[in-house]
Amino acid sequence: MFGASLGAAADWPDRPGAPDRPDRPDRPALVLRGLAKSYGNVAAVDGVNLEVRQGEFITLLGPSGSGKTTTLRMIAGFLRQSAGTIEIDGVDMSHVPPYRRDVGMIFQNYALFPHMTAAQNIAFPLEMRQAARSEINAQVAEALALVKLDGLGDRYPRQLSGGQQQRIAFARAVVFNPRLLLMDEPLGALDKKLREALQLEVMHISRQLGATVIYVTHDQEEALVMSDRIAIFNKGQIEQLGRGDDLYDHPASLFVADFIGESNILRGRFERDGGGAESGSGSGGDSGSSSDSGSSSTAWISRDGWRWRVGAAQAERAGLVNGMPAALIVRPERLRIVGAAGAGIAMDPEVNAVEAVVRDALYLGSMRRYELALANGEVVKVRNQVGGGEAVWQPGDPVRLVWSAEDAVLVPDPGD
Amino acid sequence: MTDSWLQPRRLLLAALGALTVFFLMAPTIVVVPMSFTASNALTFPPEGFSTRWYEKMLTDPQWSTGFVNSAQVAVLTAMLATTLGTLAALGTVRGRFPGRGAINALILSPLIVPVIIIAIGMFSVFVSWRVAGSVVGLVLAHTSLAVPFVVVNVATSLRTMDRNLELAAQGLGAGPVRTFRRITLPLILPGVLAGGLFAFITSWDEVVVSIFLTSARFRTLPVEMWEQVRQVVDPTVAAVSTTLLAVTTTVLLLAFVVRRQAPVP
Repeated sequence: MFGASLGAAADWPDRPGAPDRPDRPDRPALVLRGLAKSYGNVAAVDGVNLEVRQGEFITLLGPSGSGKTTTLRMIAGFLRQSAGTIEIDGVDMSHVPPYRRDVGMIFQNYALFPHMTAAQNIAFPLEMRQAARSEINAQVAEALALVKLDGLGDRYPRQLSGGQQQRIAFARAVVFNPRLLLMDEPLGALDKKLREALQLEVMHISRQLGATVIYVTHDQEEALVMSDRIAIFNKGQIEQLGRGDDLYDHPASLFVADFIGESNILRGRFERDGGGAESGSGSGGDSGSSSDSGSSSTAWISRDGWRWRVGAAQAERAGLVNGMPAALIVRPERLRIVGAAGAGIAMDPEVNAVEAVVRDALYLGSMRRYELALANGEVVKVRNQVGGGEAVWQPGDPVRLVWSAEDAVLVPDPGD
Repeated sequence: MTDSWLQPRRLLLAALGALTVFFLMAPTIVVVPMSFTASNALTFPPEGFSTRWYEKMLTDPQWSTGFVNSAQVAVLTAMLATTLGTLAALGTVRGRFPGRGAINALILSPLIVPVIIIAIGMFSVFVSWRVAGSVVGLVLAHTSLAVPFVVVNVATSLRTMDRNLELAAQGLGAGPVRTFRRITLPLILPGVLAGGLFAFITSWDEVVVSIFLTSARFRTLPVEMWEQVRQVVDPTVAAVSTTLLAVTTTVLLLAFVVRRQAPVP
């Protein structure tokens, strides 16, 4: 399926956006500096800085109301920013109207012109650029082939399915070789199966065209599948920017950890050995699994009489000092159930442990999923690959959970 | 279903409805048979059948001039009111500026202000402007009465139209004027046309303002009827009424059909 689309894309007319063009220097495709938008006292976007490379696929990901769509609309020029600048392809576009920004936009509801055929829709941006009729016809035909809808050019939008309409919208947005391709939840209205197929197709065609894409979604899976980098939006700001695996393995905050993938969050207080004796904040009782072996750089999170070891470097990165509230983030697949609670298990000092009671045990074919309750009632999730011979636990079983220090991520806990 | 109609309450409701419709329609409809009377008096029920009053209407220069004058004023009013009303609707629906609500209320105020007050006000102003008794004066006056109908129709079309279509056009390189011509106007056209037809009717059967702003040398059909009825009551008035009614009904039906051409599938 994708082989065909790649083939069609290969003979796309030469694009200013193609990375191999000599006249296209290494300058970034898009630079946002201190971009802000406020409505009265409410800041919808609050100081966004972002630099996008040529040909990069960037996703703005966040919950609704986090400012990602507002940011996209400011880039398109549909909204005027309250502060900050927008530079597209090295040109300051902060005060340029949308029709001179040379940016292709795809809307969630497609926004195809209902009184024009598919071909007329695709021809529209070329007509606005005073292209010759023969050239327009050739490019429209090519664009239709690119999205594999040759022969449907004479249909009106209402005669096309949702997926076909979105392909036409895509063709219309790329046919004039825009400097940027902006997409606002373009697949949000489609059913899951079609959405997944189109995710790959949009990604492949965009890469083949060398298009720089700014993609907005609230679907983290979609973001992980498609993007080179993801910007996590929260409360009008970019909370973290990075590759998908980076965000998953090294979330910089509780918000990011919670938003990307499933997380177990263990809140407690940060302690560091050496100067840590007087920290004694809150519930600092006798430690469960520690064997204070003197290393002055050992760091811990403590709570409810448990003490969990964390990497000192991680603590450094999270900017934690003694006594600060902090949280450990452990992914469900990094937790292991090793045996009954209280059993005398030889503990490696690098391994952390906590005791829990199994609440639910779910068999999902390729994996088992457990939900367990900690002593304080918090729920912890564990995913085990179904292999051979691993122990199976039943609801009500008291168990011990372990994870190694380097499998957990330490973040500051801002409180709720 | 059928026997539910036989319930006494249902029957009562149907009878009440029929009575209301009769009460509303009868005074209007009654002139139609009266216009075909063979007698010289305006009577109901009519005596005999003849089309002589229609012949008289068409041959009497007073009536035919009135007809031409009315048509001329109504067409010009429709054109002017449609242009202004469409622009006003665009401004009040799409624009974001202080005082938008007040301006909208002002535009729609001719719907609420008693027509006689508008007539007296316009008369005094138009006399000093020396446009009273002319086509220009009457067209201007009728336009101010007709603009609200255009604004209401076009504003409804604009509100139901997807705003993203205009944004998409702009993003694809169309400036505001080309966006309007290529995207907005074709999509709100049913509303614009319906508004124009309403504007036509508003002018076509307007009598109060027209009485003030016409003169002996320039009269519209409704004013001519008014003058005639005060002197001699002859069945030609019924023939003229029937003709007016036919035109108005046709235009209204047309507006109804046009309005149903949904702008967006």
